[in-house]
Amino acid sequence: MAATTQAPNASEYIVHHLKHLSNKSQASIIDLSVVNFDTLFWSVLMGVLGCFFMWRAAQSVTTGVPGRFQALVEMLVEFVHDQAKGIVNSAESRKFVAPLAMTVFIWVALMNSLDFLPVDLPAKLLALTGLDHAIHYHRIVPTADLNGTIGMSLGVLVLMFYYSVKIKHLGGFVHELFCAPFGAHPLLWPFNLLLNLIEFAAKSVSLGMRLFGNMYAGELIFMLIALLGATATWWGFGMHVIAGTAWAIFHILIVLLQAFIFMMLTMVYIGQAHEGH
Amino acid sequence: MNLNATFIAQMVVFFILAWFTMKFVWPPLMKALDDRAKKIAAGLAAADKGNASLKDAEVRIRQLEADARAKAQEILAVADKRHAAVVEEAKSAAKAESDRLIAAAKAEIDSEIQRAKDALRDQVAQLAVAGAEKILRREVNAQAHADLLGQLRQDLR
Repeated sequence: MAATTQAPNASEYIVHHLKHLSNKSQASIIDLSVVNFDTLFWSVLMGVLGCFFMWRAAQSVTTGVPGRFQALVEMLVEFVHDQAKGIVNSAESRKFVAPLAMTVFIWVALMNSLDFLPVDLPAKLLALTGLDHAIHYHRIVPTADLNGTIGMSLGVLVLMFYYSVKIKHLGGFVHELFCAPFGAHPLLWPFNLLLNLIEFAAKSVSLGMRLFGNMYAGELIFMLIALLGATATWWGFGMHVIAGTAWAIFHILIVLLQAFIFMMLTMVYIGQAHEGH
Repeated sequence: MNLNATFIAQMVVFFILAWFTMKFVWPPLMKALDDRAKKIAAGLAAADKGNASLKDAEVRIRQLEADARAKAQEILAVADKRHAAVVEEAKSAAKAESDRLIAAAKAEIDSEIQRAKDALRDQVAQLAVAGAEKILRREVNAQAHADLLGQLRQDLR
């Protein structure tokens, strides 16, 4: 954006902000030769950051009177542990599922929180450091990229398959695919299978899409609000401040709520994989 | 809004982060929580025990107090009795001593009186004999009348 000689119009501005930093421009809906570097960078950074802080808490944990940070992490751990106890009815699986759920919550919350950074801040920083010649596009919210959320929801799907096979064994799982929910009659097999496949698809697509949709919409509204300020009028500036503040405050709720929903659904879906129909 | 290889990478990151948490974050935290729960339970049990033993101690203290009070009462009673006995004893001893002293004094007085009487009698007898001698100088033969004078002396005694 800084490279353009004259200010972009509103549509150009939005389109520019919705372009990922990738190795090449994507032509089709699914193109596995393309990688979004910005999504990867920020999601890994947030994941490492979140894990680092939790690791710090775990390293300095005491059984005595906990400090504030330790109390916060313990609260989170205890909360997730209690939830996992009610949802996943296998202590062996909980050893992985509960930490997974907490990781997902913290990771998603941190990634979502990147939305609070001003939408034009990355571009300005790139311009200041002179990197804007190499990096034309940059989106910093990994969860506002469908790849980020679908990647996680497919991870959950893999875990659903893994635990289904682990708990019911391969035979039991296949049997369930063909014989539930309608019945074991051979005529019903195709319908059972179809419904089960739809169920799996719907679960993972909705899981990823829900988070993506919320964060994408939130980001878009921040951009529209930023456009108000870009009008460079008193009215636009005032509205930018008021609407930006209001939306940011409301967005705190969405950020944490979506992280929570993602965590809970992760546990619920994996928990369902433990139960027979 | 297009799917590309990013989601595969994201999936890998997802599993790595979850594995990291499971391996290095979750166990120490859960252990700390469990340990603290145990510690608190132990603390509560100890507090209960302390309370119970405090109650025991209070009961024992009350018992000891009552015992001590009874003993003190007993000692006081014995001391009172002893006191009275000692006073009584001293009184009687003093009385006996005074009686003895009085008797001794009386005897002394009596013997003194007797001695004085004897001395007086002797002197009276001598005076009488001396007077009689003076009166009867010539007629009285001391030898002839020695018996008589001795008899007189005897009578005056």
